[in-house]
This record gives sequence, structure tokens and C-alpha cells, in this order.
Amino acid sequence: MSVSELQTIEHDVLVVGAGGAGIRAAIEAASQGLSTGLLSKSLLGKAHTVMAEGGVAAALGNVDSRDNWKIHFRDTMRGGKFLNQWRMAQLHAQQAPDRVRELEEWGAVFDRTEDGLINQRNFGGHRYPRLAHVGDRTGLEIIRTLQDFCIHKGIDTHMECTALDLLLDSDGKVAGLLAYWRETGRFVLFRAKAVVFSTGGGGKAWRVTSNSWEYTGDGLGMAYRAGAEMIDMEFTQFHPTGMVWPPSVRGILVTEGVRGDGGILLNNKNERFMFDYIPERFAPETADTEEEAQRWLGGDRDARRPPELLTRDVVARAITREVKEGRGSPNGGVFLDIASRRPADFIRRKLPSMYHQFKELAEIDITEEPMEVGPTLHYFMGGIRVDDDSQQTCVPGLFASGECAGGMHGANRLGGNSLSDLLVFGKLSGDGAIEYANTLDSLPDVDEDRVQELMRAATAPLNREEGTNPYLIQEKLQQIMQSCVGIVRNAEDLQKGLDELEELKEETKTVKVHASAQYNPGWNVALDLPNLIITAEAVTRAALVREESRGAHTRTDFEGERDEWLQYNVILSPGEGGRLEARKEERKDPPEDLEAIANATLEELEAENDG
Amino acid sequence: MAERTFRVWRGDAEGGEFKDYAVELDRGMVVLDALHLIQAQHAGDLAVRWNCKAGKCGSCSMEINGRPRLSCMTRINEFGSDELITVRPIKTFPVLKDLVTDVSWNYDQNKRIKPFKPKKKDADGNYRMMQRDVERVQEFRKCIECYLCQNVCHVLRDQDRKDAFVGPRFMIRVASLEMHPLDVEDRVPETRDELGSGMCNITRCCTDVCPEHIQITDNGIIPMKERVVDRYYDPLLWLLRKITGSGKKKASIDSES
Repeated sequence: MSVSELQTIEHDVLVVGAGGAGIRAAIEAASQGLSTGLLSKSLLGKAHTVMAEGGVAAALGNVDSRDNWKIHFRDTMRGGKFLNQWRMAQLHAQQAPDRVRELEEWGAVFDRTEDGLINQRNFGGHRYPRLAHVGDRTGLEIIRTLQDFCIHKGIDTHMECTALDLLLDSDGKVAGLLAYWRETGRFVLFRAKAVVFSTGGGGKAWRVTSNSWEYTGDGLGMAYRAGAEMIDMEFTQFHPTGMVWPPSVRGILVTEGVRGDGGILLNNKNERFMFDYIPERFAPETADTEEEAQRWLGGDRDARRPPELLTRDVVARAITREVKEGRGSPNGGVFLDIASRRPADFIRRKLPSMYHQFKELAEIDITEEPMEVGPTLHYFMGGIRVDDDSQQTCVPGLFASGECAGGMHGANRLGGNSLSDLLVFGKLSGDGAIEYANTLDSLPDVDEDRVQELMRAATAPLNREEGTNPYLIQEKLQQIMQSCVGIVRNAEDLQKGLDELEELKEETKTVKVHASAQYNPGWNVALDLPNLIITAEAVTRAALVREESRGAHTRTDFEGERDEWLQYNVILSPGEGGRLEARKEERKDPPEDLEAIANATLEELEAENDG
Repeated sequence: MAERTFRVWRGDAEGGEFKDYAVELDRGMVVLDALHLIQAQHAGDLAVRWNCKAGKCGSCSMEINGRPRLSCMTRINEFGSDELITVRPIKTFPVLKDLVTDVSWNYDQNKRIKPFKPKKKDADGNYRMMQRDVERVQEFRKCIECYLCQNVCHVLRDQDRKDAFVGPRFMIRVASLEMHPLDVEDRVPETRDELGSGMCNITRCCTDVCPEHIQITDNGIIPMKERVVDRYYDPLLWLLRKITGSGKKKASIDSES
């Protein structure tokens, strides 16, 4: 087919990905009157944002008036082990409250305080109750609010449409992208002045994950091939509490809200083991006796927080160790108990989805019995490297926001900071794209040869006489990542992982798909594989370069945080001969004012609220 | 665990047929797991919509042994060990391929509902709403848009009157706006004239299949029908409105803001 016969759709701004960040970016672009397209791999409203349960972090101070953006910023930096991009963490903490209030203005109905304000709950690593929430279905509330708002804003939503690759003009700036409709398998050419990637992470490279089929690193792969850089890819968050039984649901998320609302973790000796895993940095702010933790639960403002609410990296490692040393639950996890801590009606009211999820999938009543939980690959802290303010990558006209962008969360993300991230940076990426698009007079030219080449490559798996089953390749990839690039890593395993990934890349070249391109999940899996493998390789290479243990990245051959590594981020970029290169890059000195906030005492920061 | 046979509808808009697939099952599996095994082992091109696999996104609706269900929340051990499990696409919407249907009509209905229109904020920049006043709206907002209610609604499924009625999903969507403490839009006329509230004959089939257990009929549709009746068919109120000229709902909220 010649390119002139190809269906072509033109926009000023094209947003790829219709989760929270993507819809928020599209709303921003359309609100300025730009022609805006929104590409969604699934139906609108089904993206992973819907799975976010616990809440959206914003220092509204509705429940504890001592809170303010500086304390949120300080918590975020400490949670990220000071590897976060300082400016991004600042923008996030400062703007999150406005983004949450704006949602309420658009129809969101958060749970209320007794005074009728937006209620906020406790979460790991957040000093004060900070998560605006709706029971345990906050993500659904947010995506539905954005969805219902965006449909009246003149955005062209292209559903069940998968992006294949970016197209650049002869100057190397973004000119659009090639995509295909899942329904028909037909190609469609999008021409645009600016493209925003809000495509989420790549959790599907692991076997035990909370991510769905969609999270195949599409944005990461496409941006990389266009010349963009990735940052902090070694930091993959294993959420401490995924379901472990039955085997078919292993990995499905159990919200941190269970612990925020009083749930405790127990090993098979009925010991509350988290008291044994309190890191020095958090010791002054964490309860060291069950008695104090109990007072905190009862609302004593002077009591310190229970250790179950330490950051996710700490809790996930602790669970892994308990299991490894023989103190795990029968199915290889630990026990999460809220039944003995809260009345049944409280649990059903505050955690209704968890109640149903366990009742229906595991035949367990969480108001009567403890849950069995274990770590599950949940989130990428790392991602496409962007400018702190505009969210533009090093490819002119390409922007990124949400999980697929890196830098904001450093070595570990705090729970609740992803929903706020996607709102804050979704908007900023929309702003960035508008500003850039307005500098161009016309749509950049598309390289027609490149379009032809992409179409040929995409249809090749359908035309082969024989070859490998794409589902088997994906399964192999998941086994490699699960065994070689898990929570606990070492050089030998990582190198083995890289070698096996190389073999897998070769195998991918001979993938064979049966039947036609019309709504063919096998073909869809085959086309996602190259992106997923680049993503997996980026994580593995970055993990090999960082020779220390920090946040979500744990190396048994380099235990503990090493001060010299605090000076570096790991950057990945296309190198010689099309190979993925990982290098350490020195961090800029932090702005003095932000460094002062991060190192201030809580008393100093709280005092500002009185002034 | 044991091998088990699934009878799955394969085809597209032109037509199709049931095909049998045998797969080896693991403990605790749901119907969606079995479909994934079929894809990986027998039919890579078997079209199924799914996302979260935890009952939260509402993508994997289908009819399993005649009942509209989410396949990710339907455990295989619910069925007798010698019972054949038959899976077909939801009936009310046109088949695209295999178990995937064209549900775009639903997205079009949502656009017909007037957007949320909030009253002014309090002087301090906040809105205030009491928990007890938001709970009934929160019930409707639990909707995951699986469209199972749309699938079983007689008006849409048997009478095929998509031209006359938006269906239960969008009746509770308009109810969630109408009963929203901050919303000041008058939604009663559109509920009757545009959305077709009169078409529902309250058989409660929608409520029966809701995976979120939303009381669609009793808490959503019936109160909306009552508001329409109060506005248009209550002779006393009609007379009162004639005399006073009032009758716009939420007058008290308008005057507050």
C-alpha cells in the first residue's frame, strides 16, 4: 500500500495513552484550542489508573493541619533516597493540591471529613494523613472524572488503537506516528506537531505483576528508537502486598490502604516482624513498640507511625527475607491482618474492593481471616528522561508524563504519589506540548520510506510460513526477568539475564502469528514484544551499572547505600551500532532552598503553617 | 489439576460457530484464565477484551453458560466438574470478533448527558459536602462500565430500542449528577425527553447482573422516574408552578451560591 492511500489523521497535539496522565494532558492541550488526539490501546476508562486503590497524595492539610507542600516534598525525597530530580519533586508537591481540588470541580466525589472537606488517609512514607481517596477505588474515581470531563472538550479519542513507532522529519523533530486499529488490523498514519507519551510502564515483562497486558513499555521502546534517553530504569517497584493465592491471581494488588487503615504484617510465628526492619533514617519517626503503634492507630498525635507504613522498598524486602528464612505463610507470602484490628463494617466500608476481591477470587473473608500477600512488580520509577518543567525529551516535539516518564520518584515511589504525579505532570506535559506546537507553522513532513518499512515489519509475522509462538516468547521473557532481575539482584544473575535477552531478541525476529490482523491478540503480543524487550534490557543494564543497594534496587553483591552513588543517575541511550548503552551521569547540585527543606526537621517545617 | 473443555464462540459480524478447546487448569482459575490458556496453546487469534483481571475495569464482560458475567471474576470451580462451560459474546452489541463486541454506542450515550455544572466554591476555595450526602452518589460512581446492565436491559436487548433509551448505565450516570450535592444543572427534562426514562419497566434485570452490586433500579432509576413524574405529571405541583412560576429544582442551592 502506498502512503498516500493510507488513512491519515492530523492533530496539533497527539497524546498516546489514555490513563490519567494522558487524559489530563489532552484536556490541557484541547483547552487551549489546539486540535488534540488521544490514542488509547484499550477502551477509554480502562487504563491502569483504574487499578489505583489507596488514594492521591496532596498536602491539603484537611485532616492534619500541620501538613504543607514542603513536608510532602521532604517525604518524597526521603522516600526516593534523594535520587529524585529535585525540581520535579518540588513541582509535584506544590501543584498536587490544586490538581486534586480541580478534580472535585470536575465532579469527583472524594470521601469527606467530619467538616465536609476532602478526607485524607495515612499511607507509607507520608508523615501525615495525605491521601485523598474514595474507599479503595480512588483510581476509578479519577479516571472516570477525567473521562467524563474530556468528552466535552473536543478531543478526538481514538480507541483500541496501538502506536507502532514515532516518525521524525528530516531535522529529527517529531512529525507523527504510525499506528494500527486493533479492530481491523489496518494501519493509520497520525501527523502531529507534538506527541505526548503517557503510555505507562512495562510490568508485563515480569511473571508476578499487578500490571495488565497493556504495560509493555511501548512509550519507552518508541522513544528510545527515536533517540530519547531513559533514566533511573534500575528502580522497579515491587509492591509489598500482592495476592499470592490462588496461583492464577498471584500478583494482583492488595492496596496499601489496608495498612494505612490499621492492617499489620505477621509471619508464621505470629510475629509483627516489621519492627525488626526499621532503617536508621526512619527510626526517629517510627514506632518501636506495639504499644506505641497501637496508640497511633487510636489517633494519638504524639505517637509515631507503625513500621508497616515504612516505604514500599523496605516492606517488600522485609517480606522477601521472612519468606526466604522460613517464616512465610503456606503459599510463600506473609499474613496481612486487618480482621483483628478493625470491626467488620469498617473494613467493608473503607476497603470494599479488597473485601470482594478476596471473597470472590480466594474465598477468604478479610473481616474474619488474614490475607496472604507477597511482593508483585507494580511500577517503574524510571522512564523516559524529560525536562523538569516542560516534560520535553531530547527529541524535539516529544513529551512524556506519568509512569513512562522518569526522574520524579528517584529510587522509590511513595504510595499515592503516582496519582498526583499523573495529574501534575499530565497537565505540565500538555502545557509543554502546546507551547512547542505553537512555534511550528505547519505539520512536519513524514518520511514515507520509513512508514513503508514499519508496515512491512509489522505484517511480517503474519506472512511467515513458520516461526515461534509470540505467547511463548513473552512467557520466556517473564521467566528471565522474574528469576534474574527480581527484588534481590547480583551481577551474575543480571549478566545471565542480559545473555538470555539477547537470545530472545533473535527469536523474536522469527515470530509467527496465525490468522489475519483483524482483532488478533497474538499479533498484538508479537508487535508489543520489541518494546517490552528493550524495556527489560534497559532495567537489566541499569541494574548492572548501579553497584549499590538503594531504594527499590537491591544488590546482594553491593549491600547498603554507597555515598558516592548518591551523585549519579543511570542514563540509557542508543549507543554505537544500535546497542543500548547504560552510563552513570553526575547529578546537578541541588538548589539550596530545596536542599534546606529536605534536610530540615519536621518541627521547622510545621512551624511555617503557624506563621 | 484436571483438563477441562470450554466451548467458545468464534466468528465475526458475518457469522460464526462454537468451537471446543481443552486446557489443563490450575487451582483457583477463573474463566478468563482458561481463555488465556486457549490463546497461548490453541488459538492465538482468539479475541477477548480484558485489562485489570481483578473486577475493576469492566472490560471482560461475556455470557458464560447463559449468564452475563465478568470472566475475570467467574471461578471455574463454581461449575460442576462435568458441566460444559460455554462462553459467548454479550448479545446486545454487535460482534466485532469472537468475544469482542462493538460497545461504542455506550460512549455516544455518555456524550449526550450534560456535563457536571458545579455551584460556586466557599470563600476559602473549598467545597463542603457531608459524607452522608455523598454516599448515594458514590454508590453510582462505583460503576466500572462493564455494560452488563446494558446487555440485559429488555429495552436494549429484546426490543432493540437504542434509539429511545440510554439504558441503565446512563440512567445511573445522570442520577449521579442529579443527586450530586454540588451540581446545579436541571436534569429532569433531559431525563424524560432525551434519555428516555419512561422506557424502563423496572424488571430489575440490570440490578441482578451488576458486579458492583449497585442498586441501579431502586436507588437510581426509580428516583429519577419519580422526579420526572413530580415535575410533569403531578397536578398539584403543576398548578403551584403555574401560579408561582417556580419549579426549577435545586432552587435552594442556586440561591446559596
